[in-house]
Amino acid sequence: MSVSVVLIVVMAALFACGVYAMLERSLTRVLIGFLLLGNGANLLLLIVLGKPGVAPFFGSAEDAASFSDPLPQALSLTAIVITFAVSAFLLALIYRSWQLGQADTVEDDEADVALRERAAEPADALETEDEITEQDDDATTDFVDSEVAPITVLSSLDFDALADDAPTDRPTGDGRRGDDS
Amino acid sequence: MSSLVPLLTTLPLLGAAVALIFGRRRRVQVWVSIVTLTAVLVIASVLLVYVDAHAPLAVAVAGWPVPFGIVLYVDTLAALLVVISSIVLLAVLLFSVGQGAADGDEDTPVSIFHPSYLILAAGIYTAFIAGDLFNLYVGFEILLVASYVLITLGGTEARIRSGVVYIVVSLVSSVLFLSAIAAIYAALGTVNMAQIAERMALQPPSVQLVLHLMLLLAFGIKAAVFPLSFWLPDSYPTAPAPVTAVFAGLLTKVGVYAIIRTETQLFPDSNINTLLLIVSLATMIVGILGAVAQAELKRILSFTLVSHVGYMIFGLAIATPAAIGATVYYMVHHIVVQTTLFLAVGLIERRAGTTSILKLKGLMTGAPLIALLYFIPAINLGGLPPFSGFIGKFALFDAAAQVGTPLMIVLIVGGVITSLLTLYTLMRAWNLGFWRESTSAEEPEVEDRIRFLGSAPAAAVQTERRVIPKVMTASTAGLVVVTIALTVFAGPLFDLCARIGAQLSEPVHVAQVISDTTTGEGGH
Repeated sequence: MSVSVVLIVVMAALFACGVYAMLERSLTRVLIGFLLLGNGANLLLLIVLGKPGVAPFFGSAEDAASFSDPLPQALSLTAIVITFAVSAFLLALIYRSWQLGQADTVEDDEADVALRERAAEPADALETEDEITEQDDDATTDFVDSEVAPITVLSSLDFDALADDAPTDRPTGDGRRGDDS
Repeated sequence: MSSLVPLLTTLPLLGAAVALIFGRRRRVQVWVSIVTLTAVLVIASVLLVYVDAHAPLAVAVAGWPVPFGIVLYVDTLAALLVVISSIVLLAVLLFSVGQGAADGDEDTPVSIFHPSYLILAAGIYTAFIAGDLFNLYVGFEILLVASYVLITLGGTEARIRSGVVYIVVSLVSSVLFLSAIAAIYAALGTVNMAQIAERMALQPPSVQLVLHLMLLLAFGIKAAVFPLSFWLPDSYPTAPAPVTAVFAGLLTKVGVYAIIRTETQLFPDSNINTLLLIVSLATMIVGILGAVAQAELKRILSFTLVSHVGYMIFGLAIATPAAIGATVYYMVHHIVVQTTLFLAVGLIERRAGTTSILKLKGLMTGAPLIALLYFIPAINLGGLPPFSGFIGKFALFDAAAQVGTPLMIVLIVGGVITSLLTLYTLMRAWNLGFWRESTSAEEPEVEDRIRFLGSAPAAAVQTERRVIPKVMTASTAGLVVVTIALTVFAGPLFDLCARIGAQLSEPVHVAQVISDTTTGEGGH
């Protein structure tokens, strides 16, 4: 099997950039990282194809040996569709996360927070985390809770947040209230 | 008979489509889901009996020959797991129906619950009956995407936060799996599992090792094996009670199932059992120590879930036919018991308005039925005789003792310690939540004894109490009956698992799969 070195280098670069981007806290960058990783994996499937030949199954007079291997193409098509669907879902998730006023960052683990509390860290670090834990309290029970807000369209309050899209670490009180009402 | 096999995947998918069409009519959705899952249960039971009596079924979908098309492969293991997961899915569905009816969700935006749930079922079944690696990947993706929707259901802040962790981790494992498939195709020129098994032996050991580890890494994340398990205890407890129950029971087990296939069929020669033994020991011990430090029942159960995945990896690493049979038995036991416990905790949460063992009290007198529904699976999971947990663990330890190397002895000791600690955590919850008098004044003393739990996550959560519809109690009770049935009928079931162990220990010949496929075609 002969493979293209250029493609391998590109794939390696995609994987490297993807992993780097996924390590970020911002969900949007995680999404970009995932897209790069997904493309890297798809490219790997294409590299597996080997030397490209003529279209398979089309024109049966051709010698079978000159065909491209059809299987990796089918596999990568499926993988592309899956990547597409998952990125659409991730985008919706990012939007919802931002709508709830947390910006689009990955929040800390509750267990990590508890550990940190036990280790008695400086008080100001604790306050932020306490707030997050408290906010969790009202929402951990049932998926049919009346407090579970349906995914709403943008309200006018959200438009203020639209202008200020700088990533923030803390939830902003305003955006949250706007959703609850 | 082979024409029944594709129905396992297509029925739930069709059901999901119908349920989505009737998104505004909850009653229709409920019936569609129940009928679909019951039909799958019947089909799977028929297949199990047939496959156990005859040979495994292989079906080439749409008649494409083996190396090119999709092969569905149902052996006894796959059929048994489909049966068990159908039972569990059905019980959890009834539980959630009861919950939804009680809380009046006619207008809430959970019309996607039933379609997502059925798609999740379709993904689980597809993964179990996949005959090639890529179909396994597709099955994984189907169930994962459905699980993304279910874990963030309602889109509250807490669920989005924990869902994000779960989703990102799952995405990484999916990309790893896909890359592993590409690498395997590059090395072997096939994704069919039987062909992989045949051609893998021709590869140099280093190539085998790399491919093996890539697959194990991807599956290990899904199965929550020790160094890759940290996502689980944070993401599961926030989801709705029925969703957590079905995730805990089934999703990690799909990962374990994939590891079983990898170890027994794809790489029977590539030997990394020592590594697996060490990993399983770490999974058991670290997982259960995490549970000891928790105060909230759903978190305790999530940690015991991680720790008990260790037992299954342990059984696989022993790698004798008896051990693999014991692993399968343990897996079946654990699917049912873990789900039952999560459902029981869902009942407790509704009854008492909290799942923190520091706040629960007096449930024994207040809710004796719930107490019973918690107690039986709890001591079962803890491994007390005569329950199925004891039988499964005993069979595992017995198989390990027959190998008898020093590492095996260490593992047995570790397994016993884990079992005792499981019993300790679950019985501590029992003593505090059920035995403690609701009017007791000795609270400061209790608090003093377990003060270290005061700072555990969600130790002080208090939510509102709700009525418990009979359906919820009945479905939980039904699963408890199933766990008892696993004990009562342990003999036949264990024989079945032993046959599975023997079947998995023999290599699957591609010629056999191909000939089965062609005869399968004749049946269409």
